[in-house]
Amino acid sequence: MKVSGHQRHGLWFAYISHRLSGLLLALFLPLHFWVLSLALNDRAALDGFLSWTDLWYVKVAEYGLVFLLSLHFFGGLRLMALEWLPWSARQKTYAATALAAGFAVSTSFFLSATFYG
Amino acid sequence: MTQISQPDQQFIKVSIWRGAGDKGGYETFDVPDQESQTILDLVSYIQQYIDPSLTYRFACRVGMCGSCAMMVNGVPRWTCRTHVKKITDKAGSLTIAPLRNLPVIKDLVVDMDVFFDKWVRAEAVHHPTRSIEQGVQPVSEDTAERQAANAAIECINCAVCYAACDVVASNPEYLGPAALNRAWSLVNDVRDGGREAILEAVSGTGGCHNCHSQQSCQKYCPNELNPTASIAGLKRETSKFALRNLLNPANKHNQGEPA
Ligand code: SF4
Ligand code: SF4
Ligand code: FES
Repeated sequence: MKVSGHQRHGLWFAYISHRLSGLLLALFLPLHFWVLSLALNDRAALDGFLSWTDLWYVKVAEYGLVFLLSLHFFGGLRLMALEWLPWSARQKTYAATALAAGFAVSTSFFLSATFYG
Repeated sequence: MTQISQPDQQFIKVSIWRGAGDKGGYETFDVPDQESQTILDLVSYIQQYIDPSLTYRFACRVGMCGSCAMMVNGVPRWTCRTHVKKITDKAGSLTIAPLRNLPVIKDLVVDMDVFFDKWVRAEAVHHPTRSIEQGVQPVSEDTAERQAANAAIECINCAVCYAACDVVASNPEYLGPAALNRAWSLVNDVRDGGREAILEAVSGTGGCHNCHSQQSCQKYCPNELNPTASIAGLKRETSKFALRNLLNPANKHNQGEPA
């Protein structure tokens, strides 16, 4: 994807990260539900599947997923506030805060999964 | 502007879009580098001293009329108030193209009809409530509505926001930031009797709910207006309006009547 001149500003990047994280999460969702369904139909397969999560690269992939999820969550709150609350001039601050919060949540998840998981 | 030909003169490489309709290409000109030059000065220099057939639009040269907007290095700008020094890239070159999202007539001139037709489709036109005998309605400057109307009012119709908007680019039906911004001004104006008509016009196909809040419009608006904030206001008002009509259908046609 080529970002053209008029798109090179923080709030456009906030927009595109919200879109892309949503899209990637939507692609992941069928897999997520399929694994959940194993809990009902095939316990052994579920346990086998979950043991994968001990592998370091699966942990890193989970970190990525949790980052996407929290980025989308906080970005969504930002957009709802933008559309439903009286206008605030601090839109760039809110976008940066959503990114920082997404990073903080996913990193805490990653660290706790690595050390206590 | 004078023609310059001193031996130590520096030149700027200016690539300009030439052509009509969809067909055309960039042509490069060497323009003398002068103090305090604007992008419009460069274009005028080329037209006056190098190629008189170059077609472009301007009128006031002081940021009032809104006719001189073009894409400069991929970004929409009012060219009469944009200094060359501010935007030349590291290589010192410049690319000037007609405004994005509008059909090109020739070279740097675009057809603004669609842009203005959308103002009318958004009901962003005055709906009078009084006749001349009744005199001018007093306007209180203190109300929140008036302040919202004032914040959105100084639009010069330059279409910079329209060119910056990716939703306009992907959805030709979308009314665009300028028309919706004016609609918001009128929704908040006590002298305007078309509140219901405006809210209906901006909630339909191509209306305010298409906006993805990318905020490129407010980023580039040369008058520092904020169409995104206006559109967010319209989103709230149209939703309240729809909800009210849903709960109390009898209400529907009593809205927006002259007081
Ligand atoms: S905020 Fe809405 S109107 Fe403005 S550029 Fe973005 S999509 Fe277009
Ligand atoms: S809102 Fe700003 S950018 Fe858009 S037409 Fe008006 S003055 Fe130009
Ligand atoms: S020439 Fe009038 S705004 Fe630039």
